[in-house]
Amino acid sequence: MIRELTLPLARDEAASLRAGDLVTLTGPVYTARDAAHKRLIALMEEGKELPLPLLNQTLYYVGPSPAPPGLPIGSAGPTTSYRMDSYTPALLDAGLVGMIGKGARSPAVVEAMIRNRAVYFGAIGGAAALLARSIQSAEVIAFPDLGTEAIRLLTLSRFPAIVLIDSLGSSLYKTGPAQYRSEEL
Amino acid sequence: MRELPVSAVRDAVRRLFLDINRKIGPDVEAAMRSALEKEISPAARYALTQLTDNYAAAEETGLPLCQDTGMAICFLTVGQDVHFTGGDLNEAVQQGVREAYEEGYFRKSIVEDPLFERKNTGDNCPAVLHLSMEPGESVRLMGIAKGFGSENMSRIFMLPPAAGEEGVLNAIVIAVREAGPNPCPPIVVGVGIGGDFEIAPLLAKRATARPLGVHHPDPRYAALEQTALDRINRTGIGAAGIGGLTTALWVSAEYAPTHIAGMPVAVCICCHASRHGEIAI
Repeated sequence: MIRELTLPLARDEAASLRAGDLVTLTGPVYTARDAAHKRLIALMEEGKELPLPLLNQTLYYVGPSPAPPGLPIGSAGPTTSYRMDSYTPALLDAGLVGMIGKGARSPAVVEAMIRNRAVYFGAIGGAAALLARSIQSAEVIAFPDLGTEAIRLLTLSRFPAIVLIDSLGSSLYKTGPAQYRSEEL
Repeated sequence: MRELPVSAVRDAVRRLFLDINRKIGPDVEAAMRSALEKEISPAARYALTQLTDNYAAAEETGLPLCQDTGMAICFLTVGQDVHFTGGDLNEAVQQGVREAYEEGYFRKSIVEDPLFERKNTGDNCPAVLHLSMEPGESVRLMGIAKGFGSENMSRIFMLPPAAGEEGVLNAIVIAVREAGPNPCPPIVVGVGIGGDFEIAPLLAKRATARPLGVHHPDPRYAALEQTALDRINRTGIGAAGIGGLTTALWVSAEYAPTHIAGMPVAVCICCHASRHGEIAI
């Protein structure tokens, strides 16, 4: 069964999700990847105002390809999340409730997720032209000089995702492969 | 002596990168569909279904298969009786890449300084150009669009000769296991054995572009490829790394002579969107 979620995500709803749950996401998310994370954390350290709200919001780790005429966005699949790990706990502690990406996270990120009852969704890496169909609009809201790495406000419509790590710290990357492993370690 | 205007190289590069970023090769598509048919993990089936549906989505929209349209890697093999005319050969390759990435609405993913400013060059240049020569008048271009989700997971191991076949297999499986979900499995694994610190990765990179299903002509290396593939697929990592039967679609190994004291092993990991092509110019 696929659970249809509406964003921004209520914290209780985020906390009720479990690793392996299939979901669709509908509503606003903000894009941010390597360079945008670095700038956000620098702004926070300087005590300055951030160009996006964090409370109960969801970040999508994506650097889309350019939108051709007639489409809101180009291909837009997830990038690998671990590169954001050093920045993520501070964002979670500042109110972020959800992340969409791919790949495992550091223990520090998982601890911050448990502490803040947050959720980490996965989109399927490489399904980028397909995922673009679930993005209704895209607007650059900060750091336009970063090009593909600028922060964009996206409106998702039934965007397909899977819960990778839940608010209890359980990870599909541990439980999933363990079920199908037949090698001697 | 054959005279060849560099504009022909530019046009071939442009055409090749426009093609490979939008349409997956028939060997990769067949391997992905076969992986989906065999798969018993519901999570991996969920991933593989989206990935095979993505081929049609890219075709219908003209969008690239993946937003990471990669660093453009060009292997140009030039007959020694060819004389290039009308300009700078390297610049013609760069211009071909520039035009393809602009015209195709592909992502420009190259930064000029890797450490300090990391400013995007804005045109996906410079492309990587590997030039080699052979007798005759032919010019062959092989291009790879390499995303860095998988490139970041590639490894080199400077093994001692005594590590033997088991050492090579272990190196491959360690690289794949540590990569886990990051390189977008099911992956294609290129292995370069021998040479030196730069030849091994070059062999490995080229090996990722060998058609899937084609083993090394030397039966000992063919057996090594098959054993490595079987071991990788017993890790359970599966499509998207969320558990399943197919972690790798194929393993291709290449070797080169090396020093008496060494056995370099490079493992080049490529995502399921293994985008490469070859054109005779």
